[in-house]
Amino acid sequence: MRLKLPEFLLRPWRTLSSPSRYLSLGFLTLGGFAAGVIFWGGFNTVLEATNQEQFCVGCHEMNTNVYEELKQTIHFTNRSGVRATCPDCHVPHEWTDKIARKMQASKEVWGKIFGTINTRDKFVAMRRELAEHEWARLKANNSLECRNCHSTESMDITKQGARAARVHERYLFTGERTCIDCHKGIAHQLPNMDGVQPGWSEVSSEKGTIGHWLAGEVK
Amino acid sequence: MRLYHLALLAALPCLLVPALLSAQNTGSVNTGSVKIDSPFRPPVQFTDEVTPPQIPADVTDDRRVARNYPEQPPVIPHNVRDYQLNLNTNRCLTCHSRQYTEAVQAPMISITHYLDREGQTLGAVSPRRYFCMQCHVPQTTAQPLVPNTFQTIDSMISRPSAGGAGQ
Repeated sequence: MRLKLPEFLLRPWRTLSSPSRYLSLGFLTLGGFAAGVIFWGGFNTVLEATNQEQFCVGCHEMNTNVYEELKQTIHFTNRSGVRATCPDCHVPHEWTDKIARKMQASKEVWGKIFGTINTRDKFVAMRRELAEHEWARLKANNSLECRNCHSTESMDITKQGARAARVHERYLFTGERTCIDCHKGIAHQLPNMDGVQPGWSEVSSEKGTIGHWLAGEVK
Repeated sequence: MRLYHLALLAALPCLLVPALLSAQNTGSVNTGSVKIDSPFRPPVQFTDEVTPPQIPADVTDDRRVARNYPEQPPVIPHNVRDYQLNLNTNRCLTCHSRQYTEAVQAPMISITHYLDREGQTLGAVSPRRYFCMQCHVPQTTAQPLVPNTFQTIDSMISRPSAGGAGQ
């Protein structure tokens, strides 16, 4: 038995599936191409416009809380004048990852519309949860956004303090830990850190603690 | 009180301030040499604009500095920029508290920091000792503005006594 489709579906389908009667093939292909360029260009322009700090701090939630905090830190003000903007750390640079993140960000639009963090008190109360999301994201992608600028290849550990150099050599270069494990709260204030252990405190059982290694007991 | 009394009172600052300023300027000119009335103040008039000295560099060589006297809070020999020390978190204690000292080989905070003011030992850092940088401070390469004649107890002990009774 065949189900008959309703008329309002059949009519557009017939129009689409039948050959063009009045428009030339050249117009349709070139016009389609031009329309594609316009639509794709427009889409990408809007996408990039939402990927700028000006857009991020357009909301008072970002402007008065996290952006103010960022301004104090070394990722905003430093001797060389290079600085990180919001999307440098919070949006992946690769296109597919970026689109995935942008789709997740629709949750943030929801939050904006319904005022989830529209006061300082609400923001402070939610800070731990929001921070945990970012920690989990950076942990999952192996601190990708940190590594867009800070690469292990270019890291000259002879220029670092002795402690930092040894910890980086032992845990970063071996891939055992990632940036965010130790470097939390580098660009914003931290939430209540109850129960959050520092990255160097977790004991990797089979290889011993960093302490033995720092003290030079483990070869 | 009449109205002109009030008016006179209101006009008093306008009359006095230029007089004082000129008095101060002429005073410094008349004496010729610059008078320093406080060791904490550079020899300039408060009306002068001076170029501030450069901000000195931090000492971050990670080498422990000897205390000048036993009760001195040890100074911080590393960079502390952006360290967060507040109700939510204490960056210093992520290395210097008892349980993390092994992991990072940092010196443990003294046991006195676990005592409350009645002398009772607590399981964690006493709230009155929580804000590390009230006592422990980083150092810069700045030269002291004020000469210091402090002598350590060791130099006092080894000094021959004034009465000549010493050995």
